[in-house]
Amino acid sequence: MDMPATGGGFADLVQDDRVHTALYKDPAIFDEEMDRIFKNTWVWVGHVSEVPQKGSFKKSWVGQQPVIVTRTKDDEIHVLLNRCRHRAATVCEKMKGKTSVFVCPYHGWSYGLDGKLRAVPHSSVYGEDLDKSQFPLVSLRTEQYNGMIFATFKDDIEPLEDFLGGAKKWIDLFMKQGAGYPVKVLGEHQFRFGGNWKIQLENTTDAYHFPIVHKTFLDSLDAETENVFDVLGQGGWVEDLGNGHSLMVMIPDLVDLEENLDAPIPERFAELAQELRDEGYEDLEVRRIVRAVGGGGFNLNLFPNVACSMAFFRVLRPVSVDETEIRHVAIGMDGGPEAGNRMRMRLHEHFQGPMGFGSPDDAEGWERVQRGAASGDDLWIMVNRGKEPLVDHPAGEAVTDVSAETGMRAAYQMWKRMMSA
Amino acid sequence: MSTLEQTREPKMTEPHDVIPLADACAFIWREAEMLDQQDYKAWLDLWTEKGIYVIPIERDETDYASALNIAYDDAGMRAARVKRLKSGFSMSSAPSARTVRTTSRFVVEPGEDGVTIVRCAQMLVEFKFERTRVVGADVVYRLVRTEGGIAMDGKVVTLLNSDEPLWGVGYLF
Ligand code: FES
Ligand SMILES: [Fe+2]
Repeated sequence: MDMPATGGGFADLVQDDRVHTALYKDPAIFDEEMDRIFKNTWVWVGHVSEVPQKGSFKKSWVGQQPVIVTRTKDDEIHVLLNRCRHRAATVCEKMKGKTSVFVCPYHGWSYGLDGKLRAVPHSSVYGEDLDKSQFPLVSLRTEQYNGMIFATFKDDIEPLEDFLGGAKKWIDLFMKQGAGYPVKVLGEHQFRFGGNWKIQLENTTDAYHFPIVHKTFLDSLDAETENVFDVLGQGGWVEDLGNGHSLMVMIPDLVDLEENLDAPIPERFAELAQELRDEGYEDLEVRRIVRAVGGGGFNLNLFPNVACSMAFFRVLRPVSVDETEIRHVAIGMDGGPEAGNRMRMRLHEHFQGPMGFGSPDDAEGWERVQRGAASGDDLWIMVNRGKEPLVDHPAGEAVTDVSAETGMRAAYQMWKRMMSA
Repeated sequence: MSTLEQTREPKMTEPHDVIPLADACAFIWREAEMLDQQDYKAWLDLWTEKGIYVIPIERDETDYASALNIAYDDAGMRAARVKRLKSGFSMSSAPSARTVRTTSRFVVEPGEDGVTIVRCAQMLVEFKFERTRVVGADVVYRLVRTEGGIAMDGKVVTLLNSDEPLWGVGYLF
């Protein structure tokens, strides 16, 4: 089939239960996505704990565009394009750190953390021609929800909270992993795979693959924990939350980490519980921390680039039509017991990242999708699994089976809306 | 040379009993061959019980236990990892990328309590799916004398690009 080069025709590529293979491999579609989606919505750039102090900064991206997230001396968070207003050099090449000023290395223009152009070397040569107020680092509209920082190129977009809508409640539940402490980023794994960004987007609410792709992870667990990760067998569900966001609950018991605190402490946390008791934590506090350390029971997928995924943030960055960068951001308790955070990091390493027991197999699977999409130009990607709502499910009338492709359908309907706007 | 199988009496007369360069090299090269051939069960036997295998993320990290790493394996995790890589059910390791590695630039130094520290450079080339990649790494070994010869009491592999995006790795560094 011939690919439409411009608007209108994109709508034909997404049907209710399938999307066209061109969505994975047409560079022209990719370019349009960067424009119509990533420059037109709220995009996740970081967590507040990554810029903890006045003067803190971290590099990030909005779509393909490098940005810097900063915290100014007035305690404001800014998201600035990482591009000097003179002749475009990046002003920051450190992943994170602290500074009071960004000095462009090329000709020395210097910028404050709010982006203002402060000083220009040998400025007299410009005579009257340089009005410094006209050349700040470009600052994007930035809003936060419960510690998650989003930025947008679209100045007149709806407020972040409206965009998140039904997802907010789930973000709040996710943040209970702090066990009463603020959530703090502990580090991140980064890897790339040779495939389109939407392949990762789909995967976040794909419980169907879990027992197959992650068999070796499941085999590495003790019997009790393996039961916890029986993701298809616990009455979970998938739900469309609107605006392309979706929810997949795999372990209903772990939706609210402040409930069931009197349940027996699982064997794998016995040692940690004892360590916390020895440190003087009260029994209830020990139970709360231990339950939170194991992570939550759901994946919340926020269109287009971030997910609150069981115990960590999963971030995607489109690099090109067939290359995507993934970050698995580990989180823990800010000010909580070190032993708990250490255990969270060990659990994160167990599954996530370039050498985890899970992620490399995900990455391979996604690459296989891209390789397979090289043939069958006229074929479709099927996302028709589990269209019928579950009957009499406690979560409500609109929820579908835990292994349904409802989340993918939700994301593609948003894709269609934005691409044909 | 069969350093691995050799039984050696510790030479009590040497002040630090530092493992000689030639023996350290022979051990490390043998290990490299095992890893390239994916003879992982034999590799597990090269370790002391308390040795930790670390692939860090941050290049200046010293307290690995308190940091997020790419891998941080005690004996139990190493055994589980080897089981996974050899299971045939992990699509990233069945088959994994093929690898060829060389190690060089060895520096041998005495450590505490009879441990010999060996620092070296590792160049690894991997190949899978029409793509060849080169990964450089600084490697630090903690080697100890045992009844059976030499054992690893620690191995830290700091990849040149450890703090940048990597890719799914289905083998061992
Ligand atoms: S490009 Fe930045 S000062 Fe010239
Ligand atoms: Fe997965």
